[in-house]
Amino acid sequence: MNDTILELYQIEKSFGDVRVLNGIDLSVPKGEFITLLGPSGCGKTTTLRIIAGLETPDRGRVFLAGKDVTDLEPNKRNVNTVFQNYALFPHMNVEANIAYSLKLKRIDKQTISKTVKEALDLVQLAGYEKRMPDELSGGQRQRVAIARAIVNEPAVLLLDEPLGALDLQLRHQMQIELKRLQKRLGVTFIYITHDQEEALNMSDRIAVMRDGKFEQIGTPAQVYDHPRTSYVARFVGSANLISGTAYNVGEGLIRLDTEDGPGLVRTRGARIMDGQAITVAVRRESVTLVTGETNDNLGLRAVVKEKNYAGGVLQIIVSLSDGRELVSSRQGIDSPLKAGDHVLVTWLPDQGVIVDLEEAG
Amino acid sequence: MNTEIRRGSPAVLMTGGEPRKRKASFRRLFDAATISVVPIYVFTLLFVVGPLVYMVVLSFLKRAETWGVLREFTWANYSNILKPVYLKTFYESLKLASFTTLFVALVGYPFGYFMARLTAVWKRRMMLLLMIPFWTSSLIRLYGWIIIFRANGTLDNILMGIGLTKAPLKLLYTYSAVVVGMIYALVPFMIFAVYSSAEKLDWQLVEAARDLGATPWQAFITVSFRLTLPGLLSGVVLTFIPSMGLFFIADILGGNKVILVGNLIQEQLMKARNWPFAAALSVVLMILTSIMIALYRKVSGVKDLEGLV
Repeated sequence: MNDTILELYQIEKSFGDVRVLNGIDLSVPKGEFITLLGPSGCGKTTTLRIIAGLETPDRGRVFLAGKDVTDLEPNKRNVNTVFQNYALFPHMNVEANIAYSLKLKRIDKQTISKTVKEALDLVQLAGYEKRMPDELSGGQRQRVAIARAIVNEPAVLLLDEPLGALDLQLRHQMQIELKRLQKRLGVTFIYITHDQEEALNMSDRIAVMRDGKFEQIGTPAQVYDHPRTSYVARFVGSANLISGTAYNVGEGLIRLDTEDGPGLVRTRGARIMDGQAITVAVRRESVTLVTGETNDNLGLRAVVKEKNYAGGVLQIIVSLSDGRELVSSRQGIDSPLKAGDHVLVTWLPDQGVIVDLEEAG
Repeated sequence: MNTEIRRGSPAVLMTGGEPRKRKASFRRLFDAATISVVPIYVFTLLFVVGPLVYMVVLSFLKRAETWGVLREFTWANYSNILKPVYLKTFYESLKLASFTTLFVALVGYPFGYFMARLTAVWKRRMMLLLMIPFWTSSLIRLYGWIIIFRANGTLDNILMGIGLTKAPLKLLYTYSAVVVGMIYALVPFMIFAVYSSAEKLDWQLVEAARDLGATPWQAFITVSFRLTLPGLLSGVVLTFIPSMGLFFIADILGGNKVILVGNLIQEQLMKARNWPFAAALSVVLMILTSIMIALYRKVSGVKDLEGLV
């Protein structure tokens, strides 16, 4: 408990009639890089603003380093934000922007200029002191915004889709830099994004949000490999979802019977009753398409609909008898399959994950 | 009036300013872009440059004994202005204009600033409320103030009614009445100027300031106020310049007690029929206001007075 830096307890927030946050709990250890992942409108920005003090929750408490800060003004919280559009002060040069919080603290000039210089070195913008924000590129503004937020040595740094406005290449580069920066500073990062790849690349933990609630909180591997719900499976890794009836076949395995054929999946300790309706998530890269018969008579009968390449990845879309589509993907090489071919959709039992168990039970 | 004219001039400067080669300029004489700006040139020459030149020329001529002017050069009109009685008029005008501008800023800035923070629906409603008075002649609205200010008028009735005063205040035809009239007439311009720059203010910048440790007041001073300063300054220009010339307010609400440069010019032109002197007064007034604008720009370091100057 001692190294918990931030704790959210039962936070609720509504704007007018719209319930934005539905009682969220979160505990963040010191030095962690945690990402709030979710589509726009899921409440992630509101969560961040509540932590920053820019919004007051209707119910619930916010604890920062063990202290209840729920009713504290934003300027009294040891938390800083990197805003989505950077929010650099347009009438101040880079130096003045970064020195803003230090000047408010009435720190002496020499210390300020030393700190500013260090911060600029850290974000690799040495020599840009006198530039105005409108003379900087998007990536440079981004760095200034980060430098401005860290000179104050916040206990927690909040980042609201900081890479959203950058182009793809720069985004990848900044992902690595941000991660390094976080390691080096040892500051707790709470990072917001709707980009699952970004979340998987950077985070120690990911909190997947949906409709003002956390759907699943876990390490990237946990969230990616063992999604708890179909929503998480779809949002993180855009997995295939296959529904059917379960039958225990022993050795911790379940046979999933669908209209198009059976598949195997591991229970991973979950108690499943025979005849129970379940949904299984299978990631695209785990799906294998087989022509002809399989040895074990497993596999869902499907028809190839289309093939396409997307960034060096071959995607084959097949449709089941009820018209639902499944996607199989793999690196590079072309496949002899063509539209109209009949195939069997298979996967290894370990690669299927039974989701939505709580909701079903 | 003055500002309307100024608003037109930068466009003219921009299209006609650069030196270019003869052949190119000959060809460009007939292209669509050039032809499309011809009306602006014509309009500006006819209604801006022409009258200005006429006024300046007039100010160096002699007054004819009976009617009109004599075509003889003289400095007399300008040396005439240096007489104490006229200098005092200029001083009084500047004083009243400064007073007015100060009060207008004190009322108009917060009004415009908070108006920009309203929801879209309320913004429209406030805008409408501000516009409605303009549907009536400003002269008629001033007569309304007479009814309010005169002895035993509306204001006296209210004040005496609630027991704040015992006798009529006799506010009409006083300096205060003129100041109130000026503020009333000019405050909308300040509100609009401040509003238009406060509307553009990115509220996230204020949040960023708060996030970085600023109290609400510190955030206002270092961010909001600084970024709406161009609006305030253009409001000041919009208020200060007309208040030097709004002679009819001084006339109607000040009786004949308050004489301003505007009144003086009007008197010289319409009553004394001394056109050259009226022209000289106008030229000096114009130079004074130009200096003011230059000063504002210099002092504030703000180059962009919301596109006004």
